[in-house]
Amino acid sequence: MIDTGASTGTATRTRTDRVIDPIARVLRGRRWLQVSLLLAAPVAWLVVAYLGALAVMLFNGLWRFDLGNQVVIEDISTENFRELLTSDTYWTITLRTVGMAFAVTVTCAVLAFPIAFTMAKVATPRQRRLLLVAVLLPLWASYVVKVYAWRTILAEEGVLNWMLDPFGMSGPGTGGNGLIGIWLTFTYLWLPFMILPIYAGLERIPDSLFDASSDLGASPVTTFRKVILPMAFPSVVAGSIFTFSLTMGDYITPRLVSSSQFIGNVIYDNLGVAGNLPFAAAYASFPLVVMTAYLLVARRLGAFENL
Amino acid sequence: MNFSRRARALHWSGTAVTLAFIYFPLAIIALYAFNSSRVQRWPIDGLSTKWVDAALHNPGARDALLTSIKVALMATGVALVLGSLAAFAVARYNFFGRNTISFLVVIPIAMPGIVTGMALNSAFREAPLIGGVNLGLLTIVISHATFCIVLVYNNVIARLRRMSGHLEEASADLGAHPLQTFRYVTFPTIRSALLAGGLLAFALSFDEIIVTIFTAGSTQTLPIWILQNYSRPNQGPIVNAVGLFAILLSIIPVYLAQRLTEGEAVARGSTGAAAAAAK
Repeated sequence: MIDTGASTGTATRTRTDRVIDPIARVLRGRRWLQVSLLLAAPVAWLVVAYLGALAVMLFNGLWRFDLGNQVVIEDISTENFRELLTSDTYWTITLRTVGMAFAVTVTCAVLAFPIAFTMAKVATPRQRRLLLVAVLLPLWASYVVKVYAWRTILAEEGVLNWMLDPFGMSGPGTGGNGLIGIWLTFTYLWLPFMILPIYAGLERIPDSLFDASSDLGASPVTTFRKVILPMAFPSVVAGSIFTFSLTMGDYITPRLVSSSQFIGNVIYDNLGVAGNLPFAAAYASFPLVVMTAYLLVARRLGAFENL
Repeated sequence: MNFSRRARALHWSGTAVTLAFIYFPLAIIALYAFNSSRVQRWPIDGLSTKWVDAALHNPGARDALLTSIKVALMATGVALVLGSLAAFAVARYNFFGRNTISFLVVIPIAMPGIVTGMALNSAFREAPLIGGVNLGLLTIVISHATFCIVLVYNNVIARLRRMSGHLEEASADLGAHPLQTFRYVTFPTIRSALLAGGLLAFALSFDEIIVTIFTAGSTQTLPIWILQNYSRPNQGPIVNAVGLFAILLSIIPVYLAQRLTEGEAVARGSTGAAAAAAK
């Protein structure tokens, strides 16, 4: 294929060549110029559209909302942040959200390990490919539909109560604070995000280490604790970035599955129903700060090599 | 690896339980889509294809589907260009701040959806210098493209790292034009990676709702249509059927992407994970 190209190139000078040649001459050898041209558009996009947007949001959080006249007052004050930090209601919601993110992350890690281990070390290559597809596909299946599926499963006349009824039990339901239902749904939704990085991490551990460990007299449990777990830990952290961040940023699951308020619900209601942009922006800076800290710690723990 | 029969059985039964957990809700939705009754209770009363039929002829759902496809195509286009440019720079050049680029590309997908949604909403409404833009199709495309870049970037950079830059140098040494080198050497090697990244970007955009709600204005994408109609009385059965289509439509591109990059399974596995994180 290469020689076809070369022959058409040297035979006749097309118009494209006349445009390209001078540009190529300017670029030749000037690596810094080449890099700048390659990076200009993507960096401009990410800095303007993303970092810029975050900056605007943080700035808007300093504005105020006049409840009486329903208008945004554009002068700088720390009123929103003061209210968020002193109100018990908001502290409860904040802690509930972070606590849920933590609980979901731990549950996902515990559930993900056995299947990830089977995929990486027990399955044959063919079985491994099938399992990988089996885990990957539902991850992408419509998110809203999956949440709604849990709503119908947990409902009063849903399948969970029907299954538990013969044992004289009932499911967590969708009433009350519904935290167990939310926890189940979140765990379900984000589990594949934990399985995939752990699988990738376990696959990189050489089999010989297992043999060495057992040759030296370690029981399977000791091998797990002293060899597998420490080596797989960075990939658990990598998976936890998703489970933690996704839980913290979700407002649809809490609303569909229960009536409990999470950070996202407060932001959504303030923006949509009340039109209180400054307060919504101020509250959104909280998950931003938590997640930034989380990412910095995760980077130190080596999670980014496992993403 | 050699495991005892018992250990093997234990691992596989654990795996089976997890897979059952993963597929159970999807099976429930599929069943409810064929429910003959309007009421969603368990066990279902009987089977019928009338809701699937009604879903296929629902104008609201069809418009929303078209909007979603339009958005996903445009966002994928932007992500393909920006993602591969960044991947080339990072894979082929050494420069100050190279690690920062990888970090910058990941941030939009690693941040909680509510943060990304709120930030973009703020920025679109109060856009400095131009005084704000109207929320609609274009603002959805901008927001989706921002977190889709990483999918293309990850796929292309993985491919570029496997393929040595010497091939490109050899091509130049043999007298090929930069454009010819790109057309006959570089592009064929990254083609399937581009396609895989593009398919994942499409699937992610098609399915996204958390950020979309904040940037859509009154524009309805398919996930938004589904969410709104779930809460309407009597719409449940039709929405279940539409939901079944939505599941199938987002799974197909991912399956194709998977096939395209077989052998790079590990790299793409986690890329896939990164992907959906933008939700």
